[in-house]
Amino acid sequence: MDEILKIEHLNKKFDDLTVLEDISLEVKKGEVVVVVGPSGCGKSTFLRCINGLETIQDGKILLDGETVNPPLGNIKNYREKIGMVFQSYDLFPHKTIIENLMLAPLKVQKRNKVEVRKEAEELLEKVGLSSKKDNYPRQLSGGQKQRVAIVRALIMHPEVLLFDEVTAALDPEMVREVLDVIMELARQNRTMLIVTHEMAFAKAVADRVIFMDGGVIVEDTDPKSFFENPATERAKKFLSTFEYNE
Amino acid sequence: MGIEVIFKGRNLIRLMEGLLVAMKISLLSVVISIVLGIILGMLMTLKKPGITFISRIYLEIVRIMPQMVLLFIVYFGFAKMTGINLSAEASAVIVFSFWGTAEMADLVRGCMASIPKIQYESSTALGFTRLQTYVHVIIPQIIRRLIPLSINLITRMIKTTSLVMMIGIVEVLKVGQQIIEANRKSAPNAAFGVFAVIFLLYFLACWPISHFSKYLEKKWEN
Amino acid sequence: MDVEVIKSYLPNFIKAFFLTIKIGWIGIALAFIIGIVCAFILYFKVPVFSGFVKGYVELFRNTPLLVQLFFIYYGLPAIGVKIPAELCGILGLGLLGGSYMAESFRSGLEAVPVIQTESALSLGMTRRQLFIYVILPQAFSISVPAIVANIIFLLKETSVFSAISLMDLMFTAKDYIGLYYNTFESLFLLVIFYIVMLLPVSFAGSIIERKCSF
Repeated sequence: MDEILKIEHLNKKFDDLTVLEDISLEVKKGEVVVVVGPSGCGKSTFLRCINGLETIQDGKILLDGETVNPPLGNIKNYREKIGMVFQSYDLFPHKTIIENLMLAPLKVQKRNKVEVRKEAEELLEKVGLSSKKDNYPRQLSGGQKQRVAIVRALIMHPEVLLFDEVTAALDPEMVREVLDVIMELARQNRTMLIVTHEMAFAKAVADRVIFMDGGVIVEDTDPKSFFENPATERAKKFLSTFEYNE
Repeated sequence: MGIEVIFKGRNLIRLMEGLLVAMKISLLSVVISIVLGIILGMLMTLKKPGITFISRIYLEIVRIMPQMVLLFIVYFGFAKMTGINLSAEASAVIVFSFWGTAEMADLVRGCMASIPKIQYESSTALGFTRLQTYVHVIIPQIIRRLIPLSINLITRMIKTTSLVMMIGIVEVLKVGQQIIEANRKSAPNAAFGVFAVIFLLYFLACWPISHFSKYLEKKWEN
Repeated sequence: MDVEVIKSYLPNFIKAFFLTIKIGWIGIALAFIIGIVCAFILYFKVPVFSGFVKGYVELFRNTPLLVQLFFIYYGLPAIGVKIPAELCGILGLGLLGGSYMAESFRSGLEAVPVIQTESALSLGMTRRQLFIYVILPQAFSISVPAIVANIIFLLKETSVFSAISLMDLMFTAKDYIGLYYNTFESLFLLVIFYIVMLLPVSFAGSIIERKCSF
């Protein structure tokens, strides 16, 4: 399999504070990489760098062998190919669900309206939200909104999908419906980078697990060995925080 | 450009005295408005149908009636109706307080409504009495939001007092006109300088206050 | 109150009413344009211009319309700039309203959450597309209540036009009170016409506010 996304020696600082240090990573086509780590370890910032929402101080990010960041000059051409879903509240509140989906394909990719509408409807059907297409985001539950946000990224036909803690702001009973959609995408062999705190989900969906702590990659391994037999003390300690034993 | 007229004799002092008249009227009206506004605002939060209905109408009147019209009603209408001649100053204070009370009451109501219910509930859960809840929890929060808004009301009041010249009170604009009139021969273009200075005087009176209010609002914004 | 008196005053009040409305709404339209242009300059931090705009907004927000009108109508001619009364009214209202509208639009633009910018960018939108399709419509919705309040405020401010000898509603009322001492009839008509002018705006405003919130 050929690699699609390549990160070389990435360094990211906020003023004097180093957030990411010498991160290198290759993601192959169709691979599902799950990034885990304690809060503030830099995993969200990492995703944002890949999408050019953050400038980087050193290193390179390449998509299909072409440099994406830096420079950010022509980042927009790459962003179409990199879909991103955020924690929440990122649907456009002034547009209906179907308009939310159609806006970028029409304006950014200048695609045909009839074709885009058809695809939007099909995708909504797949995530079980056909009946909501003329509603506004405020009329949807958190879980429904996140499913729409995923579809909005998908309709751009991205080569890589980035998920930034997409269930973190949801009520527990809504987490499942969103994770199921992502699981389905994994089955379709989509290339994905997922930041999450849902360990059971991470274990189920990942081809590969990256464990980050303090701005560096501590472990990069397969899910079985990470969850059952972590190599480092830091990973062990991190995983133990998810256990609850009396 | 006619600015030299300002520095002739007591002219500048006279202008300042004119501004002082406006300031006095606005300060008095603000104090009355704050007191009455807080009372009315608290009454409105009780949500008694009668009070709600009357205060709605009162607020809507203030919302759509220009202060100038209210000023005419009180100054001309009241005198005609009762035969008592209210002084222009008294009319002005009545009208501006009528207006300011509505503004203030609406602010108080808004502030009270913006305090989350959980604040009342958690206070009750901690064993506070109703009075203690208000004294220690609710009112301090309301005051922090209210003070910047009340200060802002002062600047709006000062600006509004410029209207009182229209019912014959000798305030800064009127003094300005008198100065221009008196110097018509010696300084025919005095109007420019005098009105420019008045423009500036109002600005200097209002600008620091509105900045202070903005500063407090930012500072107390949790 | 004498109905005959009211009838005989009515034509002049109607004339004054239309003059007030005309100047009021043209002034508001001007305020809208000035406000939008200034808000853009502030939002995009256009060098040099944003300094001027800041000064203008502060100056006009912190002075009364009456003083602004006196300066334009009586002050400027003294240095050779003569502007007819009606234009003065429009200009004064436009400049005053522009400073209020600028503040409302600017805070609307700044109130659009950052996540909206980020998700639009991550969909590949250009800065221009982001602004036109995502920021602007939301900013407008956010500003609607403030804009409605500004419009009502400006319509009320028209009541000072009589100071620059425009024959508006106040002028007409004052005239009749002064000349014939028919105080009640004049005040009655004055109030009625201001209600006709402002109540529909107030109502429409609340409806629009409800429609525009999402």
